[in-house]
Amino acid sequence: MNRIQQKLQEDKKLLSIYFTAGYPNLNDTVTIIENLEKSGVDMIEIGLPFSDPLADGPTIQASSTQALKNGMTTEILFQQLKDIRKTVSIPLIIMGYFNPILQYGVEAFCEKCAEIGIDGLIIPDLPVDVYHEEYEALFNQYNLINTFLITPQTSDERIKYIDSISKGFIYMVSSAGVTGAKNSFGSAQTDYFKRIADLNLNAPQIVGFGISNTETFKAATQYAKGAIIGSAFIKFLKENGTEKTSEFATFVR
Amino acid sequence: MSYHVNEKGYYGEFGGAYIPEMLYPNVEELRQNYLKIMAEPDFQKEFNQLLKDYVGRPSPLYFASRLSKKHNTKIYLKREDLNHTGAHKVNNTIGQILMAKRLGKTRIIAETGAGQHGVATATVCALMGIQCVVYMGEIDIARQAPNVARMKMLGAEVVAATSGSKTLKDATNEAIRDWINNPVDTHYIIGSVVGPHPYPDMVARFQSVVSEEIKKQLLTHEGTEFPNHVIACVGGGSNAAGAFYHFLDEEKVNLIAVEAAGHGVDSGESAATSILGKEGIIHGSKTLLMQTKDGQITEPYSISAGLDYPGVGPLHAHLFKTGRAEFIAITDDQAMTAGMELTKLEGIIPAIESSHAFAVLKEKQFQPEDIVIINLSGRGDKDLDTYIKHFNL
Ligand SMILES: Cc1ncc(COP(=O)(O)O)c(C=O)c1O
Repeated sequence: MNRIQQKLQEDKKLLSIYFTAGYPNLNDTVTIIENLEKSGVDMIEIGLPFSDPLADGPTIQASSTQALKNGMTTEILFQQLKDIRKTVSIPLIIMGYFNPILQYGVEAFCEKCAEIGIDGLIIPDLPVDVYHEEYEALFNQYNLINTFLITPQTSDERIKYIDSISKGFIYMVSSAGVTGAKNSFGSAQTDYFKRIADLNLNAPQIVGFGISNTETFKAATQYAKGAIIGSAFIKFLKENGTEKTSEFATFVR
Repeated sequence: MSYHVNEKGYYGEFGGAYIPEMLYPNVEELRQNYLKIMAEPDFQKEFNQLLKDYVGRPSPLYFASRLSKKHNTKIYLKREDLNHTGAHKVNNTIGQILMAKRLGKTRIIAETGAGQHGVATATVCALMGIQCVVYMGEIDIARQAPNVARMKMLGAEVVAATSGSKTLKDATNEAIRDWINNPVDTHYIIGSVVGPHPYPDMVARFQSVVSEEIKKQLLTHEGTEFPNHVIACVGGGSNAAGAFYHFLDEEKVNLIAVEAAGHGVDSGESAATSILGKEGIIHGSKTLLMQTKDGQITEPYSISAGLDYPGVGPLHAHLFKTGRAEFIAITDDQAMTAGMELTKLEGIIPAIESSHAFAVLKEKQFQPEDIVIINLSGRGDKDLDTYIKHFNL
């Protein structure tokens, strides 16, 4: 069984953290991952920075630009992660846009992920159908779980289709919009969380986009299996630096 | 060989819809409806009426006798510069605003480089009384000031894109993000044959009126519907798509796509995508784009804001790959010289984008009996500052 699947079976609400690799400094990647695990984070999304992150708000855009300026590349990220499984055992997911993966070579990329011990990928601009037709077999071969997004606008029919090809969790985008921290959720979000919960999907749902603090984490996980924090953590890194990473998780839970 | 989009949204290996799930409902709604709506008699009627009475179509096909003499061949200019708002862009915005209305959308967003598409969008929004937001790179706002003022007069909100190279690519990113943030009431009027399927096909169809008219007009001028060559500049590729459209399957018509070489193809400051680009994904489409070995999209350069784009529409990537169209790269200097030549010989000041197409006349020898059509995609009013600086006028 894949580490993501194992984690999803644990009887608790999961806290997952996204960060952009190469930010704030090129070589912070491993430190951030180790600190997050120590502080009780359940799962980590390692962002492979991209020049044109279409689905991201200003915070993640800025961190991606900085990471690229710092010199981050796909090759360097793999180098940094090469021994990560000696110290870290929670699920690790690489989140990145499709073009850098395409240029690396999708198969070569999958092979490298498997070698390092990456458990899954989130590729926001790789459409479900294209994945299903062209890449699913490859991902299976390397025991990588691909994760798909749904939004409040996704139809029930499409959600069920996505559920049917999801091997791990469904990434539930909290509200219509790009990434970015919010302080609270309105009734539209809670209704949506409940509507999805009532669909009784096979794949557990983890809510992302707009989670920033205890309040939003609690609201999101009332119905869902877990929540993902991205922009708020990037802001924390910017203000507090890498050393204090472990304080962040405590602050949320 | 087909040069038209297939049912999955591809031209050969290029195209598709590589979009985040957040955009899926919008793009899917458009995909399912665009052909149906375009075929409705009521849509056709309104579209054609507006093209005629509001845009001023058909645009003339003008035999440029002095230019022809100079280059010893028969040159006709398709006068898209005479359209209302001064470029071909309005053909597409008229079509898309009618589409948006039929889809029940109440807010329009657009990206713009030179400002021509922004102006054409702001214009149709004023015409229809619909809210309009235009994203424009900070650098382009500075170099296309008259168009910014026009958009504001027309009631559009112009939002500066301040990320990346602060030009067309970044304005497009911002427009896409806006669409993600406003998934229900908003229609995104893309300004070229780029973006996820069905945009490249839809925009090409709206622009195809250009070659439809050329065929009819050439028949009266020359007794044939088919020229030997059709030349058009390519930023994203919409004016070229329009000028090529009805000739795509006529292999005897040579299609020439002109890209901006900027300071030179090897200078590191260029926008010649077919030469410098590799297959990849930009703005939701699999196509040729300029990028690093690592797949980061690189910042293009051209003196002309409308050609300053690191990608090219998937139709053009396909035309390049199959060899159906010939691709020629023209530098800033060559374009400026050609623009001045047209001005002096024919009394027409072209947009600098279009000047790139005219520069081909010096690069390529045509036969005296050849019929050469140049798509004069826009007029040069917006570029006066650049012309003044370049020639110390
Ligand atoms: C006059 C003119 N020609 C050409 C272009 C390039 O766009 P496309 O390649 O889509 O025709 C522009 C874009 O702004 C333009 O204003």
